[in-house]
Amino acid sequence: MSVESMSVEAMPVENKLTESLFAESQLNVKNKKIQSLYRVLFLMMTLLLILPVLIILGTLIVKGGSMISIDFLFTDPINGMTEGGIFPALLGTVWLVSLALLISVPLGIAAAIYLSEYASENWFTRAINLAIINLAGVPSIVHALFGVGAFVMFFGFGTSIMAASLTLAIMTLPVVIVSTREALQAVPHAFREACWNMGATRWQTIRRVVLPNAVSGILTGVILEVSRTTGETAPIMFTGAAFFLPFLPQSVFDQTMALSLHLFVVSTQVPNVPESLPYAVALVLIGMVLLMNSVSIAFRMYLRGKKKW
Amino acid sequence: MNTATAEQTNENANHYAIQSKKLNLWYGAFQALFDIDLDIKSGIITSLIGPSGCGKSTFLRSINRINERLGYVRIEGGIHVHKQNIYADDVELIQVRKQIGMVFQRPNPLPATIKENILFGHKLHMKDKSYSSADYDDIVESSLRQVLLWDKVKDKLNHKAISLSLEEQQKLCIARLLPVKPNVLLMDEPCSALDPKGTAAVEELIWELRGEYSILMVTHNMAQARRASDECIFMLMGKVVEHQKTDDLFVVPKCKETADYIEGRYG
Repeated sequence: MSVESMSVEAMPVENKLTESLFAESQLNVKNKKIQSLYRVLFLMMTLLLILPVLIILGTLIVKGGSMISIDFLFTDPINGMTEGGIFPALLGTVWLVSLALLISVPLGIAAAIYLSEYASENWFTRAINLAIINLAGVPSIVHALFGVGAFVMFFGFGTSIMAASLTLAIMTLPVVIVSTREALQAVPHAFREACWNMGATRWQTIRRVVLPNAVSGILTGVILEVSRTTGETAPIMFTGAAFFLPFLPQSVFDQTMALSLHLFVVSTQVPNVPESLPYAVALVLIGMVLLMNSVSIAFRMYLRGKKKW
Repeated sequence: MNTATAEQTNENANHYAIQSKKLNLWYGAFQALFDIDLDIKSGIITSLIGPSGCGKSTFLRSINRINERLGYVRIEGGIHVHKQNIYADDVELIQVRKQIGMVFQRPNPLPATIKENILFGHKLHMKDKSYSSADYDDIVESSLRQVLLWDKVKDKLNHKAISLSLEEQQKLCIARLLPVKPNVLLMDEPCSALDPKGTAAVEELIWELRGEYSILMVTHNMAQARRASDECIFMLMGKVVEHQKTDDLFVVPKCKETADYIEGRYG
């Protein structure tokens, strides 16, 4: 018995194309042209995006780079802020940002854990989510005015580091919540299922599996938030940052100078400032931000390497 | 019911690991299970077959009450595991999950080492007693031995669980249930992500666990139900059609639906 006789017989299908079956057609050529056109277009858009960054950094380095020195970073401004360094402003920014994050990060992470791991989907959580999104969209000058009303006046902190940091904290809170929640939700659901099915409580699941696996994402969000807070001017202007102070703050209830405000002051408010000074201040500010961003990226890469799935 | 028959029932109930009584289940307005009455014997392997959407996974998932997490699930009737109603008011969910282990279609090891995976459940439930690291080593070894994985992984207990093959991961997922000494193991298509070799290995392991645990296994694979279970339940459209010895169900099915299904006329 041959194989032929066993198998189903083939039915001849007529070849509908007269030319070669797989040769390039006119339409193929046209589509390929269009496709390369779009590729180039999108590449140009990308380059266009990078361009301003390069121009800004380049200008700052060319015009202000020569002023940067250890002395510049660690001495006080003198002669009506037209000479000397920026130490009080630099230190003030570190104060403001650290205190703000010390307040907003624990609060934000706790809220994000609640929203992501505990809350069920109902009108209440939807309302909270809406509030967070709206809070993130509030202009910083409005935050500033709120800060004046609430912290400077109502709570009686006066214009102080405390009031300014609280204002900054409220401003960063929504972003911390959103980025933490995203980091938590990036942890595969299967891990939670696995824990629950072994009889772990929600907290045990969060503590042992969810948080350890979300920590890199959470930290990335936090560090990016540091860099954003560093540059904020409006919220601290009325709440705690001073035009010029002849002394360093002694406690969180003192005023302080801050880099961002100092930049505004030396570029618009003070006469006879040498041209390179504002550029140098801006360069330090941007340098701080870039440094923190790089730390964040390095950290994320380190933790990704350690990630266990 | 008079006392004599009540005792009689209790007597019989000793042989049963899982008993469901008039179990009805709704997902919102959709009824997924209709009057499920099943007595599943202890210590053997029972397989649960039926076409997609027949409710076999739903039934399985209501035995360790993980369906409830969906929120819109409503249940009437009850399930007794070793004579105790797991839907009673005083039941602690954590104990239910501990006593009734579950294995999923896709192996889901935790993002941790092999050893940590094995000890995870144990550390959750036995926290009140103290264990030395030698005790832990014993637990890890005996669990891995039971799932026939010890020889393969004994030198890499601190490697990540995800580095194992799928077959080994699935065995690990079974192994990590054992340290807390569950009574019942539920398996939801435990081999469907595995190749034939892995399937054979996991089936062998399930067979090894027979006798010590009562095993209920949902499967899409009729051949698997036939070769790897003692009793077999056929479900269709949310109802139990037939529950028999596996050999009988596949050779002399009582119902026409069963016969048509196992002959591949639909499904």
